Amino acid sequence: MAKYTLPKPEDMSAVRYEYDGKDWMDVPVDMRPGNWCYAAPLKHQELLKLPHPHKWHPDDEDWGLPENWKEIILAGMKDRLERFRSFGLFMDICVRCGACADKCHFYLGSGDPKNMPVLRAELIRSVYRRYFTKAGRLGRLAGARDLTVDVLKEWFYYFYQCTECRRCSVFCPYGIDTAEITMMGRELLNLVGINIGWIVEPVSNCYMTGNHLGVRPNTFKDNIEFAVDDLAEITGIKVEAPIDKRGAEVMIVVPSADYFAEPHYFTFLGYLALFHEIGLDYTFSPFATEGGNFGLFFEHDEMKRLNAKLYQDAKRLKVKWILGAECGHMWRVLHQYMDTMNGPADFLEVPKSPVTGTVFDNARSTKTVHICEFTADLIRHGALNLDVSRNDDFRVTFHDSCNPARAMGLFDEPRYVMQNVLNHFHEMPENTIREQTFCCAGGSGIGSDENMEARLRGGFPRANAVKSVHDEFDVNTLACICAIDKAVLTVLMEYWIPEVRVAGIHEFVGNALVMKGEKKRTLNLRAEPLPGFAEEGEEAADV
Amino acid sequence: MKALVSLVFVLLLVAIAWIGSEAGGEVVFGVVLPYAAFLVFLVGFTWKIVKWARAPVPFRIPTTSGQQKSLPWIRQARFDNPATGLQVVGRMALEVLLFRSLFQNTKAEMRTEKGRGPRLVFGGDKSLWIVSLIFHWTFLVILIRHLRFFLDPVPGWLLTLGNLDAFFQVSVPALYITDVLVVLALGILLLRRFTNSQVRAISLVSDYFPLLLLLGVVISGIVVRYFAKTDVVGVKELGANLLTLRLSVPAGIGAQAYVHLFLVCTLLAYFPFSKLMHAGGVFLSPTRNLANNNRMVRHINPWNRPVAYHRFEDWEKEFAKEIEDAGYELERD
Repeated sequence: MAKYTLPKPEDMSAVRYEYDGKDWMDVPVDMRPGNWCYAAPLKHQELLKLPHPHKWHPDDEDWGLPENWKEIILAGMKDRLERFRSFGLFMDICVRCGACADKCHFYLGSGDPKNMPVLRAELIRSVYRRYFTKAGRLGRLAGARDLTVDVLKEWFYYFYQCTECRRCSVFCPYGIDTAEITMMGRELLNLVGINIGWIVEPVSNCYMTGNHLGVRPNTFKDNIEFAVDDLAEITGIKVEAPIDKRGAEVMIVVPSADYFAEPHYFTFLGYLALFHEIGLDYTFSPFATEGGNFGLFFEHDEMKRLNAKLYQDAKRLKVKWILGAECGHMWRVLHQYMDTMNGPADFLEVPKSPVTGTVFDNARSTKTVHICEFTADLIRHGALNLDVSRNDDFRVTFHDSCNPARAMGLFDEPRYVMQNVLNHFHEMPENTIREQTFCCAGGSGIGSDENMEARLRGGFPRANAVKSVHDEFDVNTLACICAIDKAVLTVLMEYWIPEVRVAGIHEFVGNALVMKGEKKRTLNLRAEPLPGFAEEGEEAADV
Repeated sequence: MKALVSLVFVLLLVAIAWIGSEAGGEVVFGVVLPYAAFLVFLVGFTWKIVKWARAPVPFRIPTTSGQQKSLPWIRQARFDNPATGLQVVGRMALEVLLFRSLFQNTKAEMRTEKGRGPRLVFGGDKSLWIVSLIFHWTFLVILIRHLRFFLDPVPGWLLTLGNLDAFFQVSVPALYITDVLVVLALGILLLRRFTNSQVRAISLVSDYFPLLLLLGVVISGIVVRYFAKTDVVGVKELGANLLTLRLSVPAGIGAQAYVHLFLVCTLLAYFPFSKLMHAGGVFLSPTRNLANNNRMVRHINPWNRPVAYHRFEDWEKEFAKEIEDAGYELERD
């Protein structure tokens, strides 16, 4: 492989959106390093019993496809056309109006025409026409082409340059959702043993241990205990964080990064502080230690088997309902898939806030409430004693995470929470927030280091919007409610706007929360001095 | 090139109709093909809808373009994020009648400013929305206006529609506003396929052909009405005959009218097998026609197939040491 260095920001953002007249079908795929991820290790493919497990590398000429790979793909397409109305419909009804063209962050960041959502879909549509429509025999004239190894490689390159963020589907006059098409494309690739390590490994870990990172049951407990200790250092209160507490009212589900990675961890401390303060009777599950679900990113069946653990353990733990923490794609699964796949949750009760008495009627079937809904309700009822000034060092803007935005419509709940725990909040430009939010470019399982250039390019539209509020309002913190965001945006900010850091919303809640019996708070949840205490500390040191 | 191929196709169609009808094929072009085309359209359209509808919607996947219904004091965006069937009807109506998604279209531009580096700027862009809207609505009005060739007497509302359309009375016969608008709109839609670099890159023959065919239909219709005028009485008779299954062709209709009719027939027959089916497909689109009530009402997947789970008992065995270490009791019934 050629030696690869990451381009500088000024080179990276020099993108043009003009093309010569060349037909895209005549442009062979150029697998540029930094824009694709590595294959999955064999042992994880085998553990999950994935089809045609084998060792291969995207950089190799020969991908070790099974001999009858073409039949497998075509049979897989037929099967999916019969099982998913979305797939067949989206293959047929696109008029190529181009409304989606400049909506994709990967396209805006790379200028690569095949990153236009419409062309990304055409990569597979052209094959659909060839083998599944009568006119397809006319070839080019009907927009059809043969399925070849090069086409397959093109699929791999571009379907793993889509974060399934659904921004294009907001603008499509027929609601064509590239996420659906990408999901089908990845499922088809998976049928011939083509998938990526950054997805398959977490899925395999999650399948075995219960979480993506492969944190074992005892380590999980240790991590929670560390968090309790860290929180005690800051607040002077040693909270309880029950695991495996049978008969608790609520089961809390978090993405595993919350108890493992920064800046997620500060948000996690925020939850612990909040639950203690309101006296929530809750428990973690020792079995389902992950809310995130990388199965969503390459196989519906894998999503289902990982997700099943949540309801299974909620049943065993005899809780009444489930509270889901800050995580984007986890919420896509909890909101749009869980009940259908693994419900009905008839052993749970309609969620009711034990503090305010609010019945979450909008979650009456899944029995699963988003923590921003839960906290917004607490604040609305005046259930929290908040010292907003503790967050005065944070000048915040909010990144709507793709999945809660475009697969739920969770917009005003997190904003309400922020407006009540923060003094300095500024929205990014209107075409870059809410349902028009730009992806972090590392979602859908491609937040790897191997494809860093694609990530940084794809993240440019988001970074660009952050920069505008950074320049105008001196914003220094990018808030979000997604574990992938917290990891990916951190890297993105380091590259494009190093002055801006990333935080979760419940970190601010935890900072502002005045707890009964707490010691005089001088540190925020990051163990940094609170506003007004830095100087005091320095003065004290001078004396 | 793709546009040229499409243009050649359309010109070929014109030639076929012209020569064919002149060479004594009036019955073929006046009766046989219209029936055949209409039949193909009906059967093809139905077949396509049935084909789509037969595939299940395993998951409820609306694209939510506004605030969800959650807490009672948070204002829900009812039409962008519908939670009930009625709200879905509202969303679909706005989509189908007013092209709401296109209305929200934006245009991204990379600007380079001194001392600031490249900057992406987004502006509202209503051009595609307005042109599409004009095309679809004027085409509908023109279609309805054509009912006068089939109905005798012509109902009052239809006359009123025609009079309104000819409001400016600038020529004889009076110029229809819709005729001007539809040509303009189609012209712009075609032009942007050449001038907009992104749209040019994605356009296929099957994009140029329907546009040029529609232009052919519209222009030939205009020719027949304003320039090489045809015998309107004869056309009305043909229309009445077609409607009442009387298979005779009045004399004196003229090749120009057969060209118009043949292009319409081609459009009808081509419709079900082309992207024009978006007209039917939009109603079935699962990202638009489903309520975002996922957590309120369980959606059933008819093929919800079993998968192999990692069983709790197995996990308990595999991590027995770690579980003991953590001191979990893992109590169960």
